This record gives sequence, structure tokens and C-alpha cells, in this order.
Amino acid sequence: MAADAFLTWLRREGRIVIVGASLAGLRAAETLRDEGFEGSLTMIGDEPYEPYDRPPLSKSVLLGKASPAHTELPRRRPVDAKWRLGVAATGLDMAAKRVLLADGDEVEYDRLLIATGVRARPWPRQAEAELDGVFVLRTRDDAAGLQRRLMASPRRVFVIGAGFTGSEIASACRARDLPVTVAERADAPLVGALGGVVGAVAAELHRENGVDLRTGVMVTGLEGDSVGRVRAAHLSDGSTVETDVVVVSLGATRNTEWLAGSGLGAGPRGIACDAGCRAFDFRGIVTDDVFVAGDVARSPHPLFGYQFLSLEHWGNAVTQAEVAAHNMISSSTDRRPHMWVPAFWSSQFGVNIKSVGVPSMGEEILITQGSLAERRFTGAYGYQGRVIGAVTFDNSRWLQFYQGLIETAAPFPPAFLTVDRRPEGRQPVPADFPDPSLPTHGPTVTLSGYSPADRRLVFKPAHP
Amino acid sequence: MRLVVDLNKCQGYAQCAFLAPDVFAMHGEEALTYNPRVDEEQRENVARAVAACPVQAILADALDAPGEMAAAPGEEESHGR
Repeated sequence: MAADAFLTWLRREGRIVIVGASLAGLRAAETLRDEGFEGSLTMIGDEPYEPYDRPPLSKSVLLGKASPAHTELPRRRPVDAKWRLGVAATGLDMAAKRVLLADGDEVEYDRLLIATGVRARPWPRQAEAELDGVFVLRTRDDAAGLQRRLMASPRRVFVIGAGFTGSEIASACRARDLPVTVAERADAPLVGALGGVVGAVAAELHRENGVDLRTGVMVTGLEGDSVGRVRAAHLSDGSTVETDVVVVSLGATRNTEWLAGSGLGAGPRGIACDAGCRAFDFRGIVTDDVFVAGDVARSPHPLFGYQFLSLEHWGNAVTQAEVAAHNMISSSTDRRPHMWVPAFWSSQFGVNIKSVGVPSMGEEILITQGSLAERRFTGAYGYQGRVIGAVTFDNSRWLQFYQGLIETAAPFPPAFLTVDRRPEGRQPVPADFPDPSLPTHGPTVTLSGYSPADRRLVFKPAHP
Repeated sequence: MRLVVDLNKCQGYAQCAFLAPDVFAMHGEEALTYNPRVDEEQRENVARAVAACPVQAILADALDAPGEMAAAPGEEESHGR
């Protein structure tokens, strides 16, 4: 058959291009070779470095236990690829099957994998973001710069945002005995991912470890000195924090701008694809030669109501890359769906935090094992009468059991009564996630200035 | 030698921290930190840790594959940041 002949040809002498030379890109390349792809393979990456691992950047590296220049990923096998590193992809011509590069080159493909990931969301005011001492933490260069600054014993580090990265940075600073202030818009750290019940435990962790944690506040501005070094941060409660290092940890933005006008279904929330990692075009029609994997992908998950999930999870990048690579060189009946159960970990203040499923879909939480007070516990999240997620604090060996409950849509609250004592009781309580229908920061805008010529709009963040 | 630990799999058994204490360390009860670039003299210890990990979460390679990488950075580096 013609399709079989094409696949045989593709596997033997086709051209596969992978845009994005990080974890997902590398694992896809290894899988392609593992499964017998013998054609030409081109890896394109905007950073000048070979694929490196990012989780250590906010943990071992900041703790001084590893060098930011030495987190390259080990190879499971040689990938025999042409590496185009230090050059960004700037466009995609789907009709001509070509990727356009920043240096003017064009690379032709028979199959394309997009694994361009995300980048740190910068501080929105550019002049303040460019002050000396203001950092984000995403890349190896970011980590090298921040580590250098932490080694120079700053008076105080100021972290904007108490998500996982922000909390890990604060933890590393305290381990190095550096004074650190964390400003978080919500009422507690980690609220967006784990809800308010667990967030309250995270807040205790911060405070007991000497973090000056400010919740329910926004940062209204960063102030520099006369030579352009950051010297203070201003908060919406009217206070000011003197600091010489600011780390902006406001989450990530998906790297899809280069696909504008390509016709692909790509936008700020990622690139939509089917469960087999095939990208959708903007009309919602699945493509047959463009695949997506890793943080930049958005794919429907049957376990979670076919919601399009985009996951910034290490394990997701690995398994989605493997599925995408397999499907790229397989006939339609041999293709596999990507049905990885979301899972992530964090390590902060000496506590191992892990989660499976999608806790943020949870309406209620039940502490099924251990206790919040001891900060060693398992919490199960319930959604419409079933278990939808679980989190553990220093209790990770139980996580697989809860993954089984999630995969089999076990009833919530769970029926078992004898697994562990439950000092928190047997009644689930609201998981206390922010209401997604409410704006998170209720901004108001005021007009200032008297003459029409200098009337200005001024942004006034609402007080909590 | 480069290494990476799949911390999804890692359950804090601490066998690695026991067998290769210069590479792996526990941060608290369960959380693992590690140096992803390992000196040659640690090769034996790391090999033991890889073998002993109850959940097989440690992936290491030999530091002998730079050949295929070497071509790339030089000329394209100028287009980077």
C-alpha cells in the first residue's frame, strides 16, 4: 500500500526536524533512533547549550551543590543528529514543510516535532526588569547569574511569587542563611496548585524557616539606585522592602510566538494537539506531519474529562516525547495515546512535596494519612464524588496507591477506614482553591493629572 | 559522567546517598539533592548507587559522547543571546 511504502521510506531516509533541544526534544530523538529511524535528524535549539536538566537549577545549584554549567542530560543512546544550537526557529511554513531560522536558514522536514517549551514570565515593567540584580530563573544562564549573586552575600533577597519555583528559591536562600522576603498575591504559597488547606502548611514552613512571608500583597514597583542597581521593592500594602536581589517567579509563558501566522493552533496557552501528539491547525483539523511534546503541548486527557491540559511536568515531557516520536514513524493503527497521569515534585525547606492527578480540579480535600500539623501527610482531592488528585508531604511511598485510585475513578471520600489514623477527622473539607470565575487581583485604574495634556491612567492594585 | 534522577520515581530510600555520599544527599527526610556532573573517581560509587536504587530512578551515562555535539556550538553560538 502507498501509506506503508511512505512509512518505510520515511523510516529509512526521511527528514525529521525537532525544534526545541531540551528534555522533550532529546528524549524524542533517542526514541526515534531506538525505534529504528535511520533518516536525517536535525535538532534546533535557541540556547547555545546541549540539552540540560532544569529541576536542579532551583535546588542543587542554588544550594551550591552543583554547577549551573553542568546539568547536561545523560544520553540513553547516541542520537546521531545535526545540532543547530544557539539559533532560534522564527517561523514555520507548513505548506512547504520548512522551518525558518533566525540566521536566515531554512530546514526542510518530512515530519516535525515542536518541543519549544516555556520561558519565565518576566517582570512586566521593562525598565524595572532590566535593573541590575533583578532575575528570573528558568535557564542555565539565569541560574548562573543568580547563583553568583547569592554567593556575594546580598543583604536581602526578595522573591516575587510563592509558587513552586519561588518557594524553592526562598528555601535555598534560607539554607545559605540569607535573609529573604517572599511576596505572594494569594493568601498562602502554592495555593494555585494545591489549594488553601495545603497552602497554609506551606506558609508555616516558610515562616518557621525564617522567611519573611508577605501574603495577600502585590508588588507595585521595583526601585533602582542612581547606577541602575535594584535597591527596594514597593508593596501594595504601602510597605517597602530594601533588597539587592529580586527574583521574579511569576510562572511561565509558552514559546509559541514563532508560530504566529503558520496556521497551527498555537497561542499563549500552548499548541493544541490530539492524544497522539499530532498538532491541530487553527481550524481544529489535525495535521499529519506536525507533532508536539512537552510543556508547550496542550492535549486532551480522557481521565480528566477530555480537558486540554498543558503540563509543565518533567515526567510529562519525557513520556509525551516518547509517544510523539513513536507516532511520528508509525502507521495510524500502531499509534499510541499519551495518557500519562500528571505528577510533579518539589523539594523545599527539607520537605519532599509530591502530587499526582490534577489537585486543582479538586473541590474537597481529605487528609487520609498522617497529619497537617506534623507536615507529614497525604491529602486526597475529590471532584464530583471521585478521587481526582493527591498530594504528599514527606509521604511519597504512598503516592502510587493514590495514582491507582485516580486511574480507576475511585469514589471520594475514599471508603477505606483503616489505612492510617486521621487526626484531622474523616470529613472532607473544601480544598479552598481560588474561584476561577473571580478576577485574582481586582485592579482599579484611576485618572491623574489636572491639565488634559498630562492626564494619565494609573494602575492601583486593590488592597486585600 | 552526567546523571539525572527521575524524581517522580524516587521515593527517598536513600541507598544512593549511602553508597555515593559525595554525589547524592538527602535534604530532609525524603527529598534528594544530587550533583548531576560526576567526577571520574566517583564512577564506581555511582554505578553501585544506580544498581542499588530500589525504583531504578538514576540514569547516568559515560562522558564519552561529546563528539557529535562538538560541531554545533562554535559557529552558531553568535546567534544566541
